[in-house]
Amino acid sequence: MNFRTPNGGRIDRRHLITFCFDGKTYQGCRGDTLASALLANGIHLVGRSFKYHRPRGILSAGAEEPNALVTVSRDAARITPNLRATQVELYRSLTAFSQNRWPSLQFDFGRINDLVSPFFPAGFYYKTFMWPRTAWKSWYEPLIRRAAGLGRAPTLPDPDRYAHRYAHCDLLIVGGGPAGIAAAMTAAEAGARVILCDEQAELGGSLLSSPELSIDGKKVPTWLDGSLAKLAASPDVTLLPRTTAFGYFPHNMVGLNQRLSDHLEIPPDHLPRERLWQVRARNVVIAAGAVERPLVFPGNDKPGVMLAGAAHTYLHRYGVRVGSSAVIVTADDAAYQTALDLQAAGIKVAAVADVRGASDAPLPAAARSSGIKVLHDATVLCTRGNKHIGGVTLAAVQNNVVKERNDFDCDVLLMSGGYTPSVHLFSQSRGKLQWSDALKAFVPGSSAEAERSAGACRGIYGLEEALADGAGAAAQALQLNRAPPRFEVDAPERRHGSHLGALPHAGSSSEKSFVDWQHDVTTRDLELATLEGFHSIEHVKRYTTTGMATDQGKSSNLNAMAIVALELGKPVQEVGLTTFRMPYTPVTFGSFAGVSRKDLFDPVRLTPSHAWAEGRGALFENVALWKRAHYFPREAETQHAAVARECRAVRQSVGIFDASTLGKIEVAGPDAVEFMNRLYVNNWTSLSVGRTRYGILLREDGFIYDDGVVARLGKERFHVTTTTGGAPRVLAMMEDYRQTEWPQLKVWLTSTTEQWAVIAVQGPNARRVLEPLITGLDIGADAFPHMSVAPAKICGRPMLLFRVSFTGELGFEINVPADHGLEIWEAVYAAGGAYGITPYGTEAMHVLRAEKGYIIVGQETDGTATPDDAGLSWAVGKNKTDFVGLRSLQRASMRDANRKQLVGLKPKNGRTVLDEGAQIAERAAQRPPMQLIGHVTSSYGESTVGFPIALAMVSGGRARMGQTLYVPMPQGDIEVEVTSPVFYDPQGARINA
Amino acid sequence: MLLIPCPYCGERPEIEFTHGGEAHLIRPAPPAAVDEETWSQFLYMRTNLKGAYAERWRHARGCGKFFNALRDTTTDHFIAIYKAGEPKPA
Repeated sequence: MNFRTPNGGRIDRRHLITFCFDGKTYQGCRGDTLASALLANGIHLVGRSFKYHRPRGILSAGAEEPNALVTVSRDAARITPNLRATQVELYRSLTAFSQNRWPSLQFDFGRINDLVSPFFPAGFYYKTFMWPRTAWKSWYEPLIRRAAGLGRAPTLPDPDRYAHRYAHCDLLIVGGGPAGIAAAMTAAEAGARVILCDEQAELGGSLLSSPELSIDGKKVPTWLDGSLAKLAASPDVTLLPRTTAFGYFPHNMVGLNQRLSDHLEIPPDHLPRERLWQVRARNVVIAAGAVERPLVFPGNDKPGVMLAGAAHTYLHRYGVRVGSSAVIVTADDAAYQTALDLQAAGIKVAAVADVRGASDAPLPAAARSSGIKVLHDATVLCTRGNKHIGGVTLAAVQNNVVKERNDFDCDVLLMSGGYTPSVHLFSQSRGKLQWSDALKAFVPGSSAEAERSAGACRGIYGLEEALADGAGAAAQALQLNRAPPRFEVDAPERRHGSHLGALPHAGSSSEKSFVDWQHDVTTRDLELATLEGFHSIEHVKRYTTTGMATDQGKSSNLNAMAIVALELGKPVQEVGLTTFRMPYTPVTFGSFAGVSRKDLFDPVRLTPSHAWAEGRGALFENVALWKRAHYFPREAETQHAAVARECRAVRQSVGIFDASTLGKIEVAGPDAVEFMNRLYVNNWTSLSVGRTRYGILLREDGFIYDDGVVARLGKERFHVTTTTGGAPRVLAMMEDYRQTEWPQLKVWLTSTTEQWAVIAVQGPNARRVLEPLITGLDIGADAFPHMSVAPAKICGRPMLLFRVSFTGELGFEINVPADHGLEIWEAVYAAGGAYGITPYGTEAMHVLRAEKGYIIVGQETDGTATPDDAGLSWAVGKNKTDFVGLRSLQRASMRDANRKQLVGLKPKNGRTVLDEGAQIAERAAQRPPMQLIGHVTSSYGESTVGFPIALAMVSGGRARMGQTLYVPMPQGDIEVEVTSPVFYDPQGARINA
Repeated sequence: MLLIPCPYCGERPEIEFTHGGEAHLIRPAPPAAVDEETWSQFLYMRTNLKGAYAERWRHARGCGKFFNALRDTTTDHFIAIYKAGEPKPA
């Protein structure tokens, strides 16, 4: 570690850590980040840029890092790409790799992109890859996919555990720098519940690299330790380091991502890897600090070109010299302190080039008196060096004339364009930004939430001012009566300044001037965008991709905005910024998912017969959140064979089917009939107690929304069934009308879907199977005709028995309280043994109902079918004056003869199974674009009628009976005959047995 | 995640509610008397404004009741909460 200082810094020099980067091992110290450890070993080259594959070095010391993106690998399943090396905490055996280079970082073939870069300006892909069209699939797309992106995603599932936590507090403070700590101290003193979070491993922010300053007579490190210890000891204060506030949500909800174990060599078993906090704060103080602004000049992206503040941090916090010979270009006084500190640490400082005019401020004077050359009105003309910076050419600019060119050797070039307050979270909270000409930056203006900003994030840069600002913000937020604590800081006067946009005469060199390092966006790209007519910053951003990388433009947005403003001749604040969106820095998917994975992703709803069906080898399908038995294969049966067998068994003898998932709603009260009449299309007044009827529910636009059998259990009591998927929707719609449209009706609604198990017994032998089990009811053909309902007992258990059929055979549906569901299922199954009773699943159910022309809402209908379209006009009550959807049915277009109508289709060759969804044409052998008149909604090869059947919605279908139509399929046009949708027993003799 | 003040249950998180669309829509009745323009307006046209928007919420995972709210669409702050059937506050 030849670039480590002999002492100083907050690292633990006694604990050496061996780590691995790109296959080579190095040593660092406990407390290092990967970036500081690499720099301590003299390593700057850490990556290749996104588009041009230019060699890149570490630019910063924080979250804004655009270049040092690495992949950290723990094991085959724990690989994380695109981590900023400046935020990766070093641990023993850490294994990291650089990205976006092949075959190696030192020698990357991708560099060829840089050499042919005139062909790859911003937006080049909008103008290329168009010819020949056939090349797209075989050449362009595979090539682009391989070249695109940054880093490689892991291919194994994430094995780590993530937790969610919810918290409430009086004051949430985002940022643990001086302003944040002062705010926390003020709030804690007043007894408030405080949460203070900071993205870094240690709280302190800028205080962590200011050991030379004093607060209230104590050196900063001592003051910091003492203050944090006091806060930690307070029971109402929660300190959260390694916790990033990534998003600000309405009503003062802030999302925090807490990282618990990524910094440890061996994560302990009892900890989740990360915790997502959802904090609802009565008040928020944002003390997020400011990000140093880079300078835009030719050749500003070479390894060794860094932010001046980063060099300062590496020296004071990590004990690392970033080079041996430095040149500094700055617009702010802070860099002079850095110059003095670097010189004291043994780095030769050849010059400090100030882009501002001459000044009598103390820090520039101090620099001069220690032998450092100070230049004014300076600019950078170009840099030298290939894989590392070797030198820089400075000049002075006066009245737009370049004078006094000065060439300097250096192995590190530090730049400071001033600071950009971090207004990300403030903007997410929908506060309004305002432009400050003095700071050349946007600062928080009016708030939209109970929130205020403090310190550098609102342009308060001095240490004493930041402390006071933080304390004041907490006092205001909590409306404290007494004055907030005051802090006295001993520090030399600093004159803050900033530069916006490219340095003057940056166009005089052929080298690229980078604005957005991570996306390789140069000044020429921004100029090209405005030249091509993109004048809105939203367009410029998307066309050039500036600010769209994982750093979200933290160090590039303002410079980009300034360059665009110059091109458009507009004031900078008129060009504006694009929208700030969460997350502030990337958050793992695991953190958002928490425990909602695999079995816990969605609730699973099982029917009473589920275990029984599983034991019989049933295969299941998902219907909404339910598992329904799809079919029951025997031995080595294919699905087709099993379904065909199940259908035959029902038609020839008897089958048993679980229908528990269908929705059930009790509609009860003196106005139950009136309510049902207003809601469903049917006339319910004429439905007697003990009878059932097929009901249809429309939306106000007249289209079928749901259907189901409705039973009248009493004068004021209806049992309404719905489709499985529609149950919640139907109940919600009923409540909506009941509460807000007809609140004067006396009617109440209760969901009973899960309270009743429903066992369907269907087939010519159904009555023979059930009669011995039922007491209290005569279920003979005349006593209990089709569409009856009555209470009784089955095996001694209370039952509501329906005589209904979705199969077209004699059928019953046994409703018993769900707790008895399995018991009754098994009893019926046992009783049916003599008749070869066959369990059947949803697939057979679909086939059997299709043979009878019964629709399934969502299969035959798609939200645009009226009752008449589906052949169900008979269900609509005559002489009704109002029901939901009635007015829409009266529209002329809803009665047009050419509307798509339900028909059956029979393949003329008697054997082709049509594809569901296949389109239908009047004429054969058409070329695209074909004229199409409908589509196949259901199609089954397992039908019992001797040929595959299909249902379809066809324009003017009912007038086409017997017509020949064509269904284009991959193998060619299939000839079909239009038939009635009822293929089986149209007279209904079987169902009325 | 909005914090929604249900008039029956107090402040509860947004996840317990379903949004009921625009408030104060008048369902024209009896249908026979309604012209196409009015019916079409009722079916399809909704206000889309920047500012105080009157909407319905239903506390679906709570008391199950509908109520009305005036919400500022630029800040998502609730300006007023009032029960179903009550008129929009001035």
